[in-house]
Amino acid sequence: MNVNELIEKAGFKPLNVASGDREISGVYNCDLMSVVMSKGFPGAAWVTIMANINAVAVAALTDMAVIVLAEGAALDEVMIEKAKAQDIHVLQSDKPIFETSLEIYKLINNA
Amino acid sequence: MSNLVLKYTVDAEDFTRAGEASSDVKGKLKRMGVPPDAVRKVAIAMYEGEINMVIHADGGEITVEITPSQIIMILADKGPGIKDIDKAMQAGWSTASENVRALGFGAGMGLPNMKKYSDEMKIDTVIGVGTTVTMKVNI
Repeated sequence: MNVNELIEKAGFKPLNVASGDREISGVYNCDLMSVVMSKGFPGAAWVTIMANINAVAVAALTDMAVIVLAEGAALDEVMIEKAKAQDIHVLQSDKPIFETSLEIYKLINNA
Repeated sequence: MSNLVLKYTVDAEDFTRAGEASSDVKGKLKRMGVPPDAVRKVAIAMYEGEINMVIHADGGEITVEITPSQIIMILADKGPGIKDIDKAMQAGWSTASENVRALGFGAGMGLPNMKKYSDEMKIDTVIGVGTTVTMKVNI
């Protein structure tokens, strides 16, 4: 499943969409950047509440497919500018981290 | 072939730009065809170092030398120095402030991660003068 399909099926709000055809390889959760740096994986849909600019840098460095901000996490305008510059997908979900992650997991695994 | 040398300046307390140097190096290494595993190690080790320079020192300079067999990163700052390196190397030990922690950093994993993801790491620190961390990643 790619990012565009995830937006369509899960109804997440797109805050920044780059190419949209990036494939999602799995779901990842964590809010501690050092852990995300070492455990985040290429193609991941990273569900977090860390709506700050460093999340974009970490997503770019770990080559994750998309950041999904859970709990309707407040949007930082600087973050979106950075996401645009670095072609990082950012979506927003009103649901908590677990529900958001489970929804993505089910969609990408046809569960 | 001569070695490629890249130089970056890290600004103090500027979280908005932290990661730019690591990101640039990552892009260049990828384009040069460096194996993904080595690129990932460099990206993680250098990003942690960059964040440390923003959090603890007043920024600094990063020099990256790319040789056919190694990537050498030299991170030099004029910060306060590290009082107790053994403690600083312990996972979970941190002197970061509350607002740094609120951004998802300062968990005491920076230096341990830098050691873990580099093949060689050396810390030269002088209290009140600054710290230079040299990391090498084998290609």
